[in-house]
Amino acid sequence: MITGETNADLPRGSWPAGLTRVPYWVYQDPDVARAEQTKVFEGPTWNYLCLDIDVPNTGDYRTTVMGAMPVVVARAEDGEVVAFENRCVHRGALICLDDGGNVKDFHCVYHAWRYDLRGNLKSVAFRHGVNGKGGMDDTFRLEDHRPRAIRVTVLHGLVFGTLDPDAPDIESYIGSEITARLRRVMHKEVEVIGRFTQALPNNWKLYMENVRDTYHASLLHLFFATFRITRLSAGGGVLVGENGVAHASATMGAPPAADNAYAGIRSENDGFRLDDPSLLDSRDEFNDGIQLQILSVFPGFVLQQIHNAIAVRQVVPTGTDTMDLHWTYLGYADDPPELRAMRLKQANLVGPAGFVSMEDGAVGGFVQRGVATAEDVLSVVEMGGATADTADTRATEASVRGFWKAYRGVMGL
Amino acid sequence: MTDAETLFRLSGLNAAYAAAIDADRLEDWPNFFTEKCLYKVTSADNHAKGYAAGIIYADTKAMLRDRVQSLRVANIYERQRYRHIVGIPVLGPEPGTSETSFVVVRTMRDGKMELFAAGVYLDRTVTDTDGTLRFQERIVVCDSGRFDTLVAIPL
Repeated sequence: MITGETNADLPRGSWPAGLTRVPYWVYQDPDVARAEQTKVFEGPTWNYLCLDIDVPNTGDYRTTVMGAMPVVVARAEDGEVVAFENRCVHRGALICLDDGGNVKDFHCVYHAWRYDLRGNLKSVAFRHGVNGKGGMDDTFRLEDHRPRAIRVTVLHGLVFGTLDPDAPDIESYIGSEITARLRRVMHKEVEVIGRFTQALPNNWKLYMENVRDTYHASLLHLFFATFRITRLSAGGGVLVGENGVAHASATMGAPPAADNAYAGIRSENDGFRLDDPSLLDSRDEFNDGIQLQILSVFPGFVLQQIHNAIAVRQVVPTGTDTMDLHWTYLGYADDPPELRAMRLKQANLVGPAGFVSMEDGAVGGFVQRGVATAEDVLSVVEMGGATADTADTRATEASVRGFWKAYRGVMGL
Repeated sequence: MTDAETLFRLSGLNAAYAAAIDADRLEDWPNFFTEKCLYKVTSADNHAKGYAAGIIYADTKAMLRDRVQSLRVANIYERQRYRHIVGIPVLGPEPGTSETSFVVVRTMRDGKMELFAAGVYLDRTVTDTDGTLRFQERIVVCDSGRFDTLVAIPL
């Protein structure tokens, strides 16, 4: 009986050599999830926090997370974007409750301890007591207490944060080639045109693998293949950073008109025609023929350009088998009305109801349920070889292997 | 037409709309709209901020037909159904405008039921050339912007 390769000979928690096998316990084990919070989200990684334009003015703040850790991002008096853990140093309550706003300073609602825009503790209510009674001891010093400060960097309008003072600078982390692909999309002022959350029934890593999986896109998504938005037979490829941290896949131009590569595959459906093909109207606004670019940065950031549908996605684990995907749909501030109208129509491809993204929302759950009792079994990740190198084809899982390279590096697996 | 007559017609339209979706007669759903129309699914927060994008956005009846066709032949999602509970319309200040609260319970293939969406329909209706009352505009403003797994069937 063939049951799939297992990891049974290796001790639990260990990994077979090479990048082509992934044990299923990594999506299931609560101890792994706890270790990820420390080693991944609070480790030497850069986490996407929000957009620069989310906090345009002094005193503007936005709440976000690094994994499970609540975070406040604020614009300080000198114009710098700063971030700190959203946790009062007194009894641990959230300092900020809402998604965002504008303040002079931050007050914890519980006992009114006050912080400046950088998260420095500035005052303690009734510090000296009332009528000479009560209050804090004279030895209490405000400057000895502050929520964890987060090192922040703003890269082409995107705010990233790390708790590790020794993490490499962000361009070294992402690599210059993929940073250039990020700049390609974030090259001028963006504007938010929508924000939605998709609650997914799977471990966060299954979603990040899906994002990096250039092999599945035109097979799972009939919409892509049928309308030739992306096919493996079109030009393109995938860039994978040397450290595996970042990837950028691209689909170039249109596939050949007489393209039989998908004959007999479910995702090829020549009988399907749109009554209103205006959904597929698009403009080559980057003047480089790249129809579709998906870019990710470890651990949980995705930048998407599908025709003119542009969005950032933030991956937020909410349990071993659940996560939230935060979508921020973008346009450019100088969009002419007809281009903006195209973006609104093309947004039908993505998000919780997207012709394409709805399937990515479901397929992670299919894996999570499929491997329910297969914790010692290994998945097979060897399309396109065994390495995590840049490839001039998308018929490869090189970028998925890159994810595990980065993951195992920080997790010590 | 008196307000009472308008309310009666709107309630009938809303009931027929919900019944078509809940009974999986999705092919009938586009016919509740005029040829040029706006159907958008968004959230209260996006609506309040004036963000134009929706999770579904269609400005022609043909786009609604395409969505049904895609759900039928293209998209992968687990078998599921909705049950809409639709409130009594509140007539808007402008002629033809109204708003109606809704709740949608989703039942999955394995029997799992959940409160899937709640919100308000912001509508603009018109008597079409054939005498039928149709939506010129239906903005589905969900109270929450967080959707479980996927929104396949229209709200």
